[in-house]
Amino acid sequence: MCAVRGLTKTYAAVKGRRGAPAVPAVRATDRVELVVRRGEIFGLLGPNGAGKSTLVRQLTGLLRPDTGSVEILGHDIVRHPERAARLLAYLGQESSALDELTVSLAAETTGRLRGLDVRQARSERDAVLEELGLTPIAGRALKKLSGGQRRLACFAAALVGERPLLVLDEPTTGMDPVARRAVWAAVDRRRAERGATVVLVTHNVIEAETVLDRVAVIDQGRVIACDTPARLKERVAGEVRVELVWREEAPLDVPEVAVLRERAVESGRRWTLRLAPEEARTVVATVTGGAAFGALDDFTLATPSLEDVYLALGGAARQGLVKA
Amino acid sequence: MSVVPAEVLPGGAQAVEETAPGAPAAELGPRARLWPALLAVYRAQLSRARVARIPLLFVATFQSVGIMVMMRGVVDSRGEAESVVAGSAVVVVAFVALNLLAQYFGQLRASGGLDHYATLPVPPASVVLGAAAAYASFTVPGTLVTAVFGCVLFGLPLGNLWILLAVIPLAGAALAGLGAACGLLAPRPELATLLGQLGMSAALLLGVLPPDRMPGFIQFARDLLPSTYGVEAYAHTFGARPDWAVVLADLGVCAGVGVVSLAVATWAYRRAAVR
Repeated sequence: MCAVRGLTKTYAAVKGRRGAPAVPAVRATDRVELVVRRGEIFGLLGPNGAGKSTLVRQLTGLLRPDTGSVEILGHDIVRHPERAARLLAYLGQESSALDELTVSLAAETTGRLRGLDVRQARSERDAVLEELGLTPIAGRALKKLSGGQRRLACFAAALVGERPLLVLDEPTTGMDPVARRAVWAAVDRRRAERGATVVLVTHNVIEAETVLDRVAVIDQGRVIACDTPARLKERVAGEVRVELVWREEAPLDVPEVAVLRERAVESGRRWTLRLAPEEARTVVATVTGGAAFGALDDFTLATPSLEDVYLALGGAARQGLVKA
Repeated sequence: MSVVPAEVLPGGAQAVEETAPGAPAAELGPRARLWPALLAVYRAQLSRARVARIPLLFVATFQSVGIMVMMRGVVDSRGEAESVVAGSAVVVVAFVALNLLAQYFGQLRASGGLDHYATLPVPPASVVLGAAAAYASFTVPGTLVTAVFGCVLFGLPLGNLWILLAVIPLAGAALAGLGAACGLLAPRPELATLLGQLGMSAALLLGVLPPDRMPGFIQFARDLLPSTYGVEAYAHTFGARPDWAVVLADLGVCAGVGVVSLAVATWAYRRAAVR
């Protein structure tokens, strides 16, 4: 369906100028290898700046890689970048091209520019707006909408004029749960009825775990793991995450707590620990009884998430994946 | 450079699953054709006028009307009055087609908005020409209002006002092409704005005043500016017996510059869209 081999892109170094520090050359994607199967919802997960968007821009023909190949449905996208637009629909992070249009005109115009005639574009527009619950706000300009509604309108535009591959760069940013559900229902319907394939960029771990068939974890331009969310989580099945929140300060006079400090990632009053299950049990027993309990505000004990997988794999962003 | 330990690097087999070699390539989706896509872009751009452009169109008209009122006290001969009215009318076109379009494309490029068009199977010419045509259309009411007001103010005949129906699209094409090219070629949006403003200032300073009294190099600069030929074409039609060959030649220059500048803008769009 979509195969990426040895994809590499280096952004040239930028010389420092007054008010702008020098930026060294950055390898945004580094020998990326991926195969997305037909009908799959395939995720690219990674922290900000990991190279996800660069990878997606190379998939969509927007950015020419230095080396490597991209093949979509049998077409060489590096050699013929213009074919990408006829094979896939892309939802980028920016809506500035559509901002001043009404929801209805944004969807219709996009359909027209995807080669539909007026009648087709209008009927597809009506169907998609209805499907996503956008009909009541069809006459409003995108820039007058809330961030989530605007995102949903852009998603609607991406669906008009159907394509076998959907490339969605953080489609649900800013959306409320109802809009989110509408997005995933629309994606599922296209997959079930027409075998559509989806490549999804996200750094929302919870979403990644619930909607993705397979996920590639990207770090510093490289694919550091690629598997189903469940199989990835098995890799760190031996660990649980313990979070301790202290009322004011950690009771370092309690020896067991003082020992834990070395292994904890501290963030204000919050300590995060990754421990074997038995160890975790002991820690919870220690802090919920005795002298430490008085200083404890809250604690949680959680099974590993994809975020833990990322950290266990050596991901560079120590603070994790999830956007604050 | 990577801090990732060697054992977790993709060993090829981990991430790659071979697809059947020699499988036939999928059929490509339809491509948008030049004219329908141009019309769709034009219509979408025109709809923006309602929300975003009306205040600016008012400013453009008001500016030209102001210039004419100011010049009313200075100008005494008929020939000078013709230059002022024709120049002020064309400044509206320069303000919108050159200045505002340069800003629009500059911002669209900087914000990543071009990605939207670049991932649709639409000919670059449709996007550039559609936007340029829409911006040229925005100038119609302001230019007409300015011309009518000017003719009344300076006592010039309104009989050949229809020539504006040729001047606006042709001068509009030349100036919008320049504006789009500036917006798409400028490395930063501020620079696009600056170029657009400078172009409009040039059209204003060199187009409104009668050229006879200006020094040689200013006259030369004036001759280089495409808006000048729009001004001249209109100014020639005020006479009792206009020399239509000269008018046609001036409009021909506008058309020629329009073709070249729109071609450059289309090339600039292609260059800006895929990096």
